Amino acid sequence: MSVIAAVPDYRGEMLDRQEKFHGKQLLYIGWEDHLMYCAPLCIPVDPQTPFGALPKEIIPNLYAEHPDVGLIDWDKVQWFRSGQPFDPDFAASVLDNGLGHKAIVRFRTPGLAGIQGSCS
Amino acid sequence: MSASQAEGYAQTPIVFIALQTNDESRRIIDAIEADNPHAKVNAFPAMVKIDAPGRIVVRRESIEERLGRAFDLRELQLHLISLSGNIDESDDEFVLHWRTA
Amino acid sequence: MTTNKSSNIAKAPRKLSLKENYALMTRDLGWQPSYQSVDKIFPHDHFEGIKIHNWEGWEDPFRLTMDAYWKYQGEKERKLYAIIDAFQQNNGQFNVTDARYINTLKLFLTGVSPLEYAAHRGFAIAGRAFRGVGPRVACQMQAIDELRHVQTQIHTISHYNKFFNGLHDFKHMHDRVWYLSVPKSYFDDAMSAGPFEFITAISFSFEYVLTNLLFMPFMSGAAFNGDMATVTFGFSAQSDESRHMTLGLEVVKFILEQDPDNVPIVQKWLDKWFWRGYRLLTLVAMMMDYMLPKRVMSWAEAWEIYFEQNGGSLFRDLERYGIRMPKYHEVATKEKNRLSHEAWATFYNYTAATDFHTWVPSSQEMNWLSEKYPETFDRYYRPRFEFWRERQQQGKRFYNPTLPMLCQTCQIPMIFTEPDDPTKICYRETEYRGEKFHFCSDGCKDIFCDEPEKYVQAWLPVHQIYQGNCFLPDADPTAPGFNPLAEVLRYYNLNVGHDNGDYADSPDRRNWEQWTGRPGAPVEEEEVGKAA
Repeated sequence: MSVIAAVPDYRGEMLDRQEKFHGKQLLYIGWEDHLMYCAPLCIPVDPQTPFGALPKEIIPNLYAEHPDVGLIDWDKVQWFRSGQPFDPDFAASVLDNGLGHKAIVRFRTPGLAGIQGSCS
Repeated sequence: MSASQAEGYAQTPIVFIALQTNDESRRIIDAIEADNPHAKVNAFPAMVKIDAPGRIVVRRESIEERLGRAFDLRELQLHLISLSGNIDESDDEFVLHWRTA
Repeated sequence: MTTNKSSNIAKAPRKLSLKENYALMTRDLGWQPSYQSVDKIFPHDHFEGIKIHNWEGWEDPFRLTMDAYWKYQGEKERKLYAIIDAFQQNNGQFNVTDARYINTLKLFLTGVSPLEYAAHRGFAIAGRAFRGVGPRVACQMQAIDELRHVQTQIHTISHYNKFFNGLHDFKHMHDRVWYLSVPKSYFDDAMSAGPFEFITAISFSFEYVLTNLLFMPFMSGAAFNGDMATVTFGFSAQSDESRHMTLGLEVVKFILEQDPDNVPIVQKWLDKWFWRGYRLLTLVAMMMDYMLPKRVMSWAEAWEIYFEQNGGSLFRDLERYGIRMPKYHEVATKEKNRLSHEAWATFYNYTAATDFHTWVPSSQEMNWLSEKYPETFDRYYRPRFEFWRERQQQGKRFYNPTLPMLCQTCQIPMIFTEPDDPTKICYRETEYRGEKFHFCSDGCKDIFCDEPEKYVQAWLPVHQIYQGNCFLPDADPTAPGFNPLAEVLRYYNLNVGHDNGDYADSPDRRNWEQWTGRPGAPVEEEEVGKAA
């Protein structure tokens, strides 16, 4: 049973279906070992945005205040999709990289462990 | 709290009653202390919390002796902040207890 | 008249014992309907699967009857309002430690008081749903209690509203401001469940197991910080709370004793509502460790006393019904040394969009945190706060401008870390009806997976903002220079520059220092040195 309800066959309205986001989709972004930005971030993106825009513009802008952001060696960055390591195709869209509506992409920056190594 | 204290508490489940501190409750707390020698009285800002392993009894007569007037145990409601344990209330006694104790 | 009097005494009925009085004033109020079936009158007390064979098995250990109820409640009110009058007449608002303390009241008024009102409604609904007289009377009293609580809280805090910012529109904010969806959705979840789940959730899991962690620290904290008014309404409410807690324990024992089939259902609810309530208490954890200028005890200490010790005793008592400790209680215990730090850092990130202020703890306060949290504070959190302090001194106070990812169940940003690693965010996800859903913990994920049709409806503030649902009707997102954050704050009815942002340069602080001649925050030692 998917819900205990007073009426039979109760169905709930899916409140966050993609079509409600005016042509965009939601993408979640998390930076491993960097918790000064207290939680992964949520942004609306065009599903056709090339993945390469993430390292090039989107991520540096989102984390602009972090002292480690300018030190990232993007060639060494490890990417995770729903927690699983993957090799993104930077020229392809986020959608074609398997990052659809409400997908979570995480990245690890080897050698960087936040403010004074505290993972902040 | 030290680890050994925590362990001691875990062995006999504790009950507690917490009362506001005021003129009337001071006598009530006195009465509870007298009737429950095994209980520990902890003072906090504006409140007193009484912890005891297993059981706490609040007796009407003991309170009446100290207040010098008739006391209905339901008047406890005016001073209570919190408690823990199963309650058994009669006209003469208000008992808090765990059945595992 | 003397003759009459003596004959009256002779005729006076024997005083009823507590038990007899309770029987007459409670059970005797029920009746057997004659022209409608009982099932039709009470259609909502069986769809949850709970089987009740004998409603007479219900016992109210306080045996409180309506006549005594009015008498004692009336007395409580008289005491309370006398003190509130005195507080106002003596400008008691200036006797608190410093104006940072007022932020705990903002959190309380917007986050807790509306829940009292929701509880009033919830108990009225639950009382109507039960066919047994005992629980109906108990629910009725509690519904009235909860209404009293919200009223006294509004009356008391309204006095602070004359002097401090952020208290002007708590009800409006409760329904809109991002972090307030956490308490709001918690209660909506309970109220939209069946009556047995509601009463197990609120009376037992919240009031019995967790409420001590809310009211005891809040009220002791108020007392410690010189806030006589809040101590008074708090303790006045808390005296009712003891009765509610007792109702909670009684409800659970009653349901468990009625039928063995009820045991797994109740256990599932205890698991769910322990976790929901614990997540909600994140706000209390940060209040205790960061927001009270004078601290009573740390969150970790409170957790040890009120959950590990008292909760442990309670669940041992329930073992004989086949009930065990709620699932994931050990995760909560693992989190006790990080919860408040993770929470305060979150509000520090997003205080541009809150109705209260945040700040970096003073050096002395950080030392207190190091002492209370020797395993975690210096290692994980102090570097963050010191960095923020440095940035602030350079005039670059850190604000996180991007909205966070939220947990679908508790609606808190995904700030919590893996049970065994405080440096890794805890990510959990599932798919339902072709869509991804994310959670902060196994506890929140389990709750979703058990009833997905309920939680797909969650009104998540971040998603609602991106859908364009958090602007006032006159806002035009297509207009040039449209500023979405400013528009959302307008929708919240937040007075920007007054209610939100860092405490350091807030009007609250300036006013406090001007009106009282006292510092608005602890003076740092180096500043003292400079002045000398």
